[in-house]
Amino acid sequence: MVDSDDSSLFTLDTAKDWLDRFDAAVHEHKAHLTELDSAIGDADHGSNMARGVTAVNQAVAGAAPDTLDEMFKLVGMTLVSSVGGASGPLYGTFFLRFGVDAGATESLDGAGLAAALQAGLGGVAARGKAEQGDKTMIDAMAPALESFAAAIEAGDSLRDAARAAAEAAAKGRDATEPWEARKGRASYLGERSAGHIDPGAASTTLLFEALAAAQS
Amino acid sequence: MKKLINAPESVLADALKGVEAADRSVRVDHHNRVIYRAEPKADGKVAVISGGGSGHEPMHGGFVGYGMLDAACAGEVFTSPTPDQMQAATKEVDRGAGVLHIVKNYTGDVMNFEMAAEFAAAEAGVEVATVVTNDDVAVQDSLYTAGRRGVGVTVLLEKIVGAAAEEGRDLAAVTDLAHRVNDGGRSMGMALTSCTVPAAGKPTFDLPEDQMEIGIGIHGEPGRHRVPLAPAKDIAAQLVEPILADSDMAGPAIVMLNGMGGSPLLELYLMFGEVAPLLEKAGVDVARTLVGNYITSLDMAGCSLTVLRADDDMITLWDAPVQTAGLRWGR
Repeated sequence: MVDSDDSSLFTLDTAKDWLDRFDAAVHEHKAHLTELDSAIGDADHGSNMARGVTAVNQAVAGAAPDTLDEMFKLVGMTLVSSVGGASGPLYGTFFLRFGVDAGATESLDGAGLAAALQAGLGGVAARGKAEQGDKTMIDAMAPALESFAAAIEAGDSLRDAARAAAEAAAKGRDATEPWEARKGRASYLGERSAGHIDPGAASTTLLFEALAAAQS
Repeated sequence: MKKLINAPESVLADALKGVEAADRSVRVDHHNRVIYRAEPKADGKVAVISGGGSGHEPMHGGFVGYGMLDAACAGEVFTSPTPDQMQAATKEVDRGAGVLHIVKNYTGDVMNFEMAAEFAAAEAGVEVATVVTNDDVAVQDSLYTAGRRGVGVTVLLEKIVGAAAEEGRDLAAVTDLAHRVNDGGRSMGMALTSCTVPAAGKPTFDLPEDQMEIGIGIHGEPGRHRVPLAPAKDIAAQLVEPILADSDMAGPAIVMLNGMGGSPLLELYLMFGEVAPLLEKAGVDVARTLVGNYITSLDMAGCSLTVLRADDDMITLWDAPVQTAGLRWGR
């Protein structure tokens, strides 16, 4: 339980690092995300997310926000206004609610980060009117947050909790493969949507892997 | 991928430049990616706007003009526009009588228009009503899914409702009419080939030479089922039957045989020749028709059929003058 100050808090620097790593991961997996979306959607998830995270990093660099709420409200609005499709409102709402819950502070402890992530998930569920099992990004996000909160409650470091979250997200992502979609464009396929990983769950896993990397 | 483009990232911006250069009756806000009528509607009249992903031209930008839309928000290819675009358009076109948003039932379009309405309400001022079209019988409509897709009826609705707004009907009347048009319309589509999204660079799905996809949407999302390629008269039956099975279409109707972008007009007329007698045999009086590319899916080959059960009011409004790049008569 001996943590350096750096890894016991989620700071503005960690947040920037998180977004940078998410940006890099989305660009690296852009073709793969689009490929997943071709199978059950409309073949634009990779290019839409790439456009969004590029805009986010430009916005954050330009505005140099000095509290977490300022930063993540900016991130949310930038995603809403640059991504389009369903991913724009969903990721945008996630970060908007995350920022509102984080508040005008420069850092969060484990419990604070868990609460902010949970607020973000609440926003995604409300906006998408979806729940776990619908074959959406929630199927990666909800288990990730559950693992994160459990680890924090058990006294784990932020780093270990973030790693547990990333692993749970990946498991949740893989679990979507055999399911039939009930929300989004994939739902129009009915049983033909089975046999493919949900692209939103795949990009959400990248988000939590980036968080784990930033927090370590 | 062989396409007439500069770069995949600039397709939309470059196309909007062309729209502006080609049509003096519209003006383009390049920052917000909105196509407006060059001459705004008179004060006191309801404004009608729509929008969606690009790649379905002439819908929606080609339907901006007298008697139809006041503005169209253009999203990236197959990606819905963003709330700030819709909010800008809503404020710009309002003539004090409110604005109707015409939204196709796709999750992204619905969510972005919903956020735009929330933002507009928070800012106060403009009265916004919304109609979500959902005419695609290829998709099961259930409580547990996002519901049916909005496709071809959107074109007919924009014409009819646009005429009603031009005539000076109020927002409640225009919105009620929009819901009635949507309720009376059904569509079914099919594809002979996939489309190719410029940013993806290759066809969205593989469709062997001897197969076709029935129940396709307008984004290259796979259809209801894949079957062997058949003669046009069999394809016509596969489009007509699900529509008639879903809704009683007896009586006067407006019928659109729409091309998906990659099929020549010769084939579309040929298809209409097969479809019309099937409809008439079922008691549908084909009162008005459209044959051509109106709601397309980039370079996809194939077609869709839309049948709208139309009352006298709808037919009168259909016949009213319209002056847009995509539809033009009576003026």
